[in-house]
Amino acid sequence: MKEIKCECGHVNPEGTELCNACGRALTTAADNKKTSDVMRYEGTARRSQTYNASVVDKVWNFFSSVKVGVWLIVITLIVSSLGTILPQVLFIPPLIPPEQYYEEHYGWFGKVYYVLGFHDLYNSWWYMLLIAAIGISIIIASLDRVVPLYKALKNQRVNRHESFMKRQRLYTEQKVEDPDAAMAAIKKQLKEKRYNVKEIDRHLLAEKGRFARWGPYVNHTGLIIFLIGAMLRFVPGMYVDETLWIREGDTVAIPGTDQEYFLESEKFVVEFYDADEDPEVFNAAIDRVGSIVKNFQTDAMLYKREEEGIAGDQRELELVQQKAIQVNEPLKFDHFAIYQVNYKLDEFRSMSFNMTNKETEENVGSLTVDLFEPQNVYELNEGFRAELMGYYADFTGFENGEPQSQSPVPNNPAFLFKLFSPEKPEGEVAFIAIQENLEPLGENEYKLNFAGIETRNVSGLTVRKDLTLWILGLGGAIFMIGVVQGAYWNHRRLWVKVTDDGRLLAAGHTNKNWFGIKKDVAHAFKGTGLKEITDQQEIEDNNIKAREAGEENSLDTTSKH
Amino acid sequence: MTQLASISSTLLYVAFVMYLIATAFFAGSIKSKKTREQQVGKNRWATIAITITIIGFISQLGYFITRWMAAGHAPLSNLFEFITFFGMMLIAAFIIIYFIYRVHVLGVFALPIALLIIAYSSMFPRDISPLIPALQSDWLAIHVSTVAAGEAILAISFVAGLIYLLKDVDLTKKGKQTFWLEAVLYGLVIVVGFVASSTTFQLAGYQTEFTYVNTEEQQEVAQYGMPALVTPNQGELLTEGAFASSIEMPAIVNASRLNTVIWSFIVGTVLYLLTRLISRKSVSALLQPLVKRVNLNLMDEVGYRSVLIGFPVFTLGGLVFAMIWAQIAWTRFWGWDPKEVWALITWLFYAAFLHLRLTRGWEGNRSAWLAVIGFVIIMFNLVAVNLIIAGLHSYA
Ligand code: HEM
Repeated sequence: MKEIKCECGHVNPEGTELCNACGRALTTAADNKKTSDVMRYEGTARRSQTYNASVVDKVWNFFSSVKVGVWLIVITLIVSSLGTILPQVLFIPPLIPPEQYYEEHYGWFGKVYYVLGFHDLYNSWWYMLLIAAIGISIIIASLDRVVPLYKALKNQRVNRHESFMKRQRLYTEQKVEDPDAAMAAIKKQLKEKRYNVKEIDRHLLAEKGRFARWGPYVNHTGLIIFLIGAMLRFVPGMYVDETLWIREGDTVAIPGTDQEYFLESEKFVVEFYDADEDPEVFNAAIDRVGSIVKNFQTDAMLYKREEEGIAGDQRELELVQQKAIQVNEPLKFDHFAIYQVNYKLDEFRSMSFNMTNKETEENVGSLTVDLFEPQNVYELNEGFRAELMGYYADFTGFENGEPQSQSPVPNNPAFLFKLFSPEKPEGEVAFIAIQENLEPLGENEYKLNFAGIETRNVSGLTVRKDLTLWILGLGGAIFMIGVVQGAYWNHRRLWVKVTDDGRLLAAGHTNKNWFGIKKDVAHAFKGTGLKEITDQQEIEDNNIKAREAGEENSLDTTSKH
Repeated sequence: MTQLASISSTLLYVAFVMYLIATAFFAGSIKSKKTREQQVGKNRWATIAITITIIGFISQLGYFITRWMAAGHAPLSNLFEFITFFGMMLIAAFIIIYFIYRVHVLGVFALPIALLIIAYSSMFPRDISPLIPALQSDWLAIHVSTVAAGEAILAISFVAGLIYLLKDVDLTKKGKQTFWLEAVLYGLVIVVGFVASSTTFQLAGYQTEFTYVNTEEQQEVAQYGMPALVTPNQGELLTEGAFASSIEMPAIVNASRLNTVIWSFIVGTVLYLLTRLISRKSVSALLQPLVKRVNLNLMDEVGYRSVLIGFPVFTLGGLVFAMIWAQIAWTRFWGWDPKEVWALITWLFYAAFLHLRLTRGWEGNRSAWLAVIGFVIIMFNLVAVNLIIAGLHSYA
């Protein structure tokens, strides 16, 4: 590897801009750069600026560039916003096919949106690729910088070359009567401001908050841990997301637990805010909106199957927990959590009928159909019987004369009965649905009268296990520590030097918050007779402004002639 | 309880008036001949101004606490409460930054923006609403207040950026910067237009109702608070004698909201044109004398500093706390709900801002423009995502 030898005798690796020892600019290019640009990584050699030969180097250099990183972030940001123009496929009604939904609701735009895949943007391979690219960029850019930066800050020399000091944004060079006394005062007053001060024969280096420089690397580490956590979700067994609809009184196996756990819903309740009972201040809002839900909850019992129990056998269940599952109050057990998310009130459970003679209106017996476990035959009074020939839980109408059911959920139950009586020992056929009574094979003598209905509530629960949460939490915490570390503290340094001819030179650098470091310098200079330190950038800016203004004036004068 | 609620409203009103007076004093402080060139440090006008601001802030804090007591829950549960709180945090952020840098001119711009935000919020229903189950959690107060605080601190960078640009952009030359700066100010005037038109029609008790057919082909009733310049899909006027134009909107457009937007633009544009006509200057040029003596470097520093302070707070509230609560209430820490996505966008944007600034040297003018764009994103998330893109988070 090539090396660069500085005038001071120190040997630096290729790519170094400022000598690691004395701080002299090593190349004319570095000499011409803005100070803040060279100082960012102390002018050290970074891999990305040293090698550019192999493919690996090229990839490394591509991802280590902040320009590339920012582009990736900006592209992700813009693309993400496109996903919010129309609802994602996750949020549309589940029964309608998406290709139909988007076109029906949003016309040609919806169609284009769907065809381009924006309806499921955040799960698309290219969105994931973007996030992955950001991840890679973070890792490479950080590694490229943190190592040389660490080395440079660890081995700082106290005495720096004059040229190094002169190019700092804060700089002053003054003649004072007793420079060594001034230096001693500065040292003392910087210590009061909690600077670490090192002094070597008339050179002084004061430093504070170096750890702030590690902030970005700490926060990037947090982000990477977070991203890894998010990826682990796809590892089988790490993540369970199941929906569980449970009816009052039922006990069912909890999906995802391999029949190990069972849940019983004792009761499901919904409460609404009440103008009379709840605080009066809510009345205006209740009036305006109508009814507002106050609470919904499932009173649940959690059972565990005993060790030797047989899968599916519900007799060997041991009660482990009893809890009201509410929104914001999930039931937790063994890495699982069961959440209250949804409900359906008054689902039909059973229907009762009376069989009557149409003419005499004589009641010949009653029957109750359990809509979840209907019987084939219902025995009535002596000589009377009803046979259930067909049951259509979610009746939608007839197709080719056949009754249709769109689901096994009794939303709209319908029945095909055969009614037996002494008068009609062969039976007569009756079709019964809500508000519908058909006698498809001719006039009957007997009919079934609707006599009552029993309903119960169903609660919609989500069963969730997510073993990645602690990793995400860890990543998030590290990220927060890193950002705060880098944002709320700054790395400030001050170099002071007394020359042989009795001049006092002082230069200051901070990675951010120049206002703060200027206040520190003012404090350090107190009582030394030194004038305020100069902010070279401010002077430069003012000069530029003055020059611009001057040019305009001269333009004006020429135009007048 | 109802009495507490009315004390609460009064305190908010007092705060509003205090901020208004404080603005005048801040304006006085930068005019005062006695102050130093740089418009920083102590001066009598500024001392009075900041004192009144603090009194206003305490009064608004009183509003917040009494309303909390009246409702039994943190008043952060609807659009009015949230935006008002955002305005209060903006004042708090301003007070903190003021005591760090003591730049008076910041008050001249930060206070009116806070005023505008509070006025804007009170155009939404102000009743104390009971909490739906999803909001019944301590995380409501923790998450929402941290988000608002973070966004408010970030908004200070917008204020600093705006001041920076007003001084830095050469308004005598036509160009992109001159145009967009004026566009931003025009945008603020549109908000004034919204407040003015809403207040006028509310005071006049204007109400119109339509029946219309929604996207699900069902009939519904739409309420209009302003004369209908556009009518809903197959809309039938229910209110006798009310005005209704013949321009009908398709079902996916919320015609009543669009109508409000149109009115705001009309009234805002009229106000804007009147200002220009009377002053014979662009609004930027009208404001420029206020920033004549501003130190650009210091403004740049204030802007950057507020992003640095605000970014971690926003991350904590808008992402970390948000994810914790979402995991508890909605079973998953992240679900790509529009509001979540826009929080992510805001966060990515400010991350880009910090990278451009730290490693690519985007300081001064560019940094100021980024701060302006950041504020536009925050406002979009606050206003548009709530009103237009309905999701789980929608307050409306
Ligand atoms: C969403 C993703 C990212 C976030 C939230 C993030 C966050 C941050 C933060 C907060 C800082 C400190 C900035 C300051 O103090 O002003 C920083 C610095 C930095 N970031 Fe990132 N970053 C992200 C992605 C990236 C990417 C993709 C790259 C790749 C090029 C990158 C490279 C850097 C570099 C080089 C620094 C400066 C380090 C230094 O000067 O010591 N970051 N990042």
